[in-house]
Amino acid sequence: MCSYIVEQASLVGSAKGAKGWMKVDTANVYYDHPYHAQLDHALSIDFVNMAEGGRERVAVELSAESARELVRTILAALESGEREHAASVPAETAAYLT
Amino acid sequence: MGYEGLHAETVSFRGHNGDQGEAYYARPLRAGKVPGVVVIHHMPGWDEWITAVVRKFAHHGYAAIAPHLFFRFGPGSPDDIAARARPAGGASDDEVMGDVAGCMAYLRAQPNANGKVGVIGFCSGGRHTYLAACMVPGINAAVDCWGGRVIVNNPADITPKRPVAPIDLTERMSCPLLGIFGNDDKNPSPADVNRTEEVLKKLGKTYEFHRYDGAGHGFFAVDRAAYRPEQATDGWRKVFAFFDKHLAASVSAAAA
Repeated sequence: MCSYIVEQASLVGSAKGAKGWMKVDTANVYYDHPYHAQLDHALSIDFVNMAEGGRERVAVELSAESARELVRTILAALESGEREHAASVPAETAAYLT
Repeated sequence: MGYEGLHAETVSFRGHNGDQGEAYYARPLRAGKVPGVVVIHHMPGWDEWITAVVRKFAHHGYAAIAPHLFFRFGPGSPDDIAARARPAGGASDDEVMGDVAGCMAYLRAQPNANGKVGVIGFCSGGRHTYLAACMVPGINAAVDCWGGRVIVNNPADITPKRPVAPIDLTERMSCPLLGIFGNDDKNPSPADVNRTEEVLKKLGKTYEFHRYDGAGHGFFAVDRAAYRPEQATDGWRKVFAFFDKHLAASVSAAAA
């Protein structure tokens, strides 16, 4: 099906696209027919900077299963990374990070 | 086999509100008058497959044109423009109807036009085709390929850009309609297709529906897993037979 359903996430960060690095403030996330991936439906994410008009994007089109795997991996990386970083800084500094 | 050739290019056309848009246009190079077909792309945009469809029609003896329905969100590559259009809700029905009418006028203005014009659309373009058959005067035949939301099951699908359920305009349908559907499709589901057919039948409209087992949504798309070669080949035969019947006699015979 073709849908117009788009979920949006507010972001703080950067992404590298065709013109190099750019700030991104929004992820447009949708599950529909992809443009490029050889899939009937794909989980697509467009990383954009709406504050600058949202005209440039960094895009991915993923299978549903690989998108779920990515979600699990992101959460795992955050959990292990935050645990590691929290352990490597003095307790008084870590207190400011929580 | 006689001389075969076609010419394909991007062109400008005047669409809704007089806006100047771009379209992909292909025509056969053979002599004589030819019918026209407007090809309506799906939500992901004005992609390579839709240009292949336009050339396929030209190969079969039709002048065909596919408007870039998201041109108002440009400039940029078609995929980037479609990505911009999506969170904005896409093109409005009014814009699409105006752009289809503009492309019909473009086709009829060509010196080799026979005056007959059909419309075909895929997925959301199938819905647009159904809507155009009800709202745009002068269409001689319309082909809806698996258009979803002709019947609106979710009230949230009625929006300012899409303010009516196409099924509610069926009484105004002014041309013959061909419908191509996969029985494994979820949108439109077989139940949706049956309900649409009931309305067409009740209102005495000229239509033919073809439903394919073992096929789902978008089964003509050769570059997707949904492609079903046997069903798609038969479906294309149905499309050309329908357009040949209503737009011109035996135009595709030379391409067979």
